Amino acid sequence: MLAFILRRLLQSIAVLLTVGLVAFALFRYVGDPINAMVGQDTSMEERETLREKLGLNDPAPIQFLVFIGNAARGKFGLSYRTSEPVGRMILERVPATLELSICAALFALLVGVPMGVYTGLYPRHWLSQLFQAVSLIGISLPTFLIGILLILIFAVWLRLLPSFGRGETVDLGWWTTNFLTWKGIQALILPSITLGLFQLTLLMRLVRSEMLEVMRTDYIKFARARGLTNRAINFGHALKNTLVPVITVAGLQLGAIIAFAIVTETVFAWPGVGQLFIQSVQFADIPVMAAYLLLIGLLFVLINLTVDLLYFAVDPRLRGQGMARPAGH
Amino acid sequence: MSFRFRHSLALTALVCAGFGAVAAEAKTFRWANAGDVSSMDPYARNETFLLTFTSNIYDPLIRRDKDLKLEPALAVKWGQVDKTTWFFDLRQGVKFSDGTPFTAADVVFSLNRANGPGSNMGGNFVSVKEIKKINDHRVEVITKYPDPLLADKWAALAMMSKAWAEKNNALNSADMTKNEENFATRNAMGTGAFMLKERRAGERTVLVPNPNWWDKPQHNLTEVIFTPVANPATRVAAIKAGDIDMMYEVPPADTESLKRDANVKVLEGPETRVVFLGFDTERPELLESNVKGKNPFKDKRVREAIHRSIDVQAIKRTVMRGQSFPTNLMVAPGINGYVKALDNRPALLKPEDAKKLLADAGYPNGFEVGMDCPNDRYVNDEKICQAAVAMLARIGIKVNLLAQTRSKYFAKILRKGDYKPGETSFYMLGWSPASTYDVHNVFEQLIQTPSNVTKKGLFNAGGYSNPEVDKLADAMEQETDKAKRDAMIAQATKLYVDDYAYIPLHQQAVVWAARKNIELVQLADNSFPLRFVTVK
Repeated sequence: MLAFILRRLLQSIAVLLTVGLVAFALFRYVGDPINAMVGQDTSMEERETLREKLGLNDPAPIQFLVFIGNAARGKFGLSYRTSEPVGRMILERVPATLELSICAALFALLVGVPMGVYTGLYPRHWLSQLFQAVSLIGISLPTFLIGILLILIFAVWLRLLPSFGRGETVDLGWWTTNFLTWKGIQALILPSITLGLFQLTLLMRLVRSEMLEVMRTDYIKFARARGLTNRAINFGHALKNTLVPVITVAGLQLGAIIAFAIVTETVFAWPGVGQLFIQSVQFADIPVMAAYLLLIGLLFVLINLTVDLLYFAVDPRLRGQGMARPAGH
Repeated sequence: MSFRFRHSLALTALVCAGFGAVAAEAKTFRWANAGDVSSMDPYARNETFLLTFTSNIYDPLIRRDKDLKLEPALAVKWGQVDKTTWFFDLRQGVKFSDGTPFTAADVVFSLNRANGPGSNMGGNFVSVKEIKKINDHRVEVITKYPDPLLADKWAALAMMSKAWAEKNNALNSADMTKNEENFATRNAMGTGAFMLKERRAGERTVLVPNPNWWDKPQHNLTEVIFTPVANPATRVAAIKAGDIDMMYEVPPADTESLKRDANVKVLEGPETRVVFLGFDTERPELLESNVKGKNPFKDKRVREAIHRSIDVQAIKRTVMRGQSFPTNLMVAPGINGYVKALDNRPALLKPEDAKKLLADAGYPNGFEVGMDCPNDRYVNDEKICQAAVAMLARIGIKVNLLAQTRSKYFAKILRKGDYKPGETSFYMLGWSPASTYDVHNVFEQLIQTPSNVTKKGLFNAGGYSNPEVDKLADAMEQETDKAKRDAMIAQATKLYVDDYAYIPLHQQAVVWAARKNIELVQLADNSFPLRFVTVK
């Protein structure tokens, strides 16, 4: 187990270095940050001095090494746009993104899985047809459109929920949370639905097809023959056997939710890291973009690791096989 | 606070009035813009939005009134003792919001800080030789040469507290090259109408009125909440839902839908920025053209044919949906040195007449040229360029448009560190002399011959050069006699207009939206001082 984790960690470092390298290669094309940093009356000399001091005239490999060296020591420098320390800017926005992502993921799981089970068990029921139709919408409509539609209906027409922002948050020192005030919870609803809808659809369809598959297998027939209750068969045997792929997908999708919260955060003016990233792209704020991409890379690596470990908990066969092929399939 | 909540408050107020007592109502004003204020440090960046936002907290020596005219703020009197000495007499009895007195020492400190490392305001100090404190309420400034515009330049400069900056180790603006946090980036303390209560960068910034303010407030606000909302559709929804009271900079596409909303009013006015097209008239051969061995834009007839084929009224009607103010000058009304008599666009040419001009210049079959355009800098920038491309196609000029994001765009077209030209043949730019509100800034930056020696013409991307204009521009910089100066301005303006040096298109409109119960003043420089806002 330990050897496995160590090996994965080493791989992770390689992945992060690659992410950093690709990011840096891309930054050559985001344009010149100096113009965004200075006013129109700034003289050429001042511009050049600033460029020189920031190391923007150095060759790309040098810039990359300097960045990696600083990042390894936790130093991400100052944002070109706000002159605040990048590390803190990101940390301050992490709670907003994580709370939103967790809510969206829970929404997708708690609604998507039961819907999938239901449509898998009763494929011809009218409710299943309805779920299928709704899931088509979730898959085919782009996130920003769903978000704007929800805002239009629930904020502008019905005036039930706020149209943007985090509402009220409670500051716990190193974490700000939405969960402790009613306004904060209200503010979470629309963005969570927007962000989670696609994942919900995906999970529902996945669970449904897995369930259909499993229900046809012999051991379900035997279970029925033994006279087990429907509940025991559906959840104890059928659902449990569909879980391995579901966990893989759900885990990877959690990473996707956090990474792609960018769109939802922009639509709802949600002050998370995604919004920070978008603002930074417009200003060619390289330190923030680099740190963000590394963070997301790290996140995916950690999530993959957790998912791999979860297999052990869910699938007893893997425990017997040892660590050689932990992914199982 | 929801819309309904405010109604119920009003109702309560009515009921209370029946008993002869009116409940004191909290007047919270919530507003949004596409982007956040990048810093709380008033010298961090020389951009309108940061300057106007921090001006709510920090007062300048001299401020601009509703018509952009100068009026006394922290200085009650100012002027020139002699040609190279300015004086500023300070207001007595002014206190910072922390209760400490405001004196000449703070002014000297602030001016030096604004001209110091990390500050972006250094451009306002080119002529300054020495800043002296004469006594607690008088400051004198010695300039290297006569500078009639010093007061105008300094009208936006915020005054900070020396003691506060010393205490918090914020003697300079944040140095981008050091990995250090600067206290003034997130905190602010001035003599202004408001105080900073809460700052969460990128999320919300809360201001409350300063009880120690020296001026009598015109506003009736008890709290101001600013939130950046990047997505235009969300901002529109938020103002319709009553989640915000005011929206700064409405996207043109949403103006109509907001006008139809009974609870919202749309405010429109011309902005001082002029958007224009420029030519490379510098290189002997254009970088992006099929004409080899010569540069068609060096020929005035070609520039005239293009100028007189671009229909700004059509652009106003279609692309801008009426929200533009066509002009033929490089400065807008409201800027000192705008010459109204010369602001007439020459009549449009019929395509065959324009083609004839081109033929006379040696291009009977037109030519091909590349054009650069930003797509996220000015209102509808890319669409304006597309319209121009179509108009020029009719006279046989095939324009290959490259529209890209601002950071890429400016890196391509602007002049390099040694004043060498950028890589463009035909481009779009917008300019407002926001630092001085005087036309000299436009001559100096856009029209004078670019040179590494004189340091003029930094933004003259196409390298237009006319020695006569250069001479007049240098003379107007130091001329203190207004009548003589105005004559020079008129003469220089006529020269560049007759040369078809640029194609000025229009001033874009400043469009704001507010809920019906909000009263505010819209300024032509697109600044938004909260001191004029009232909530009914």
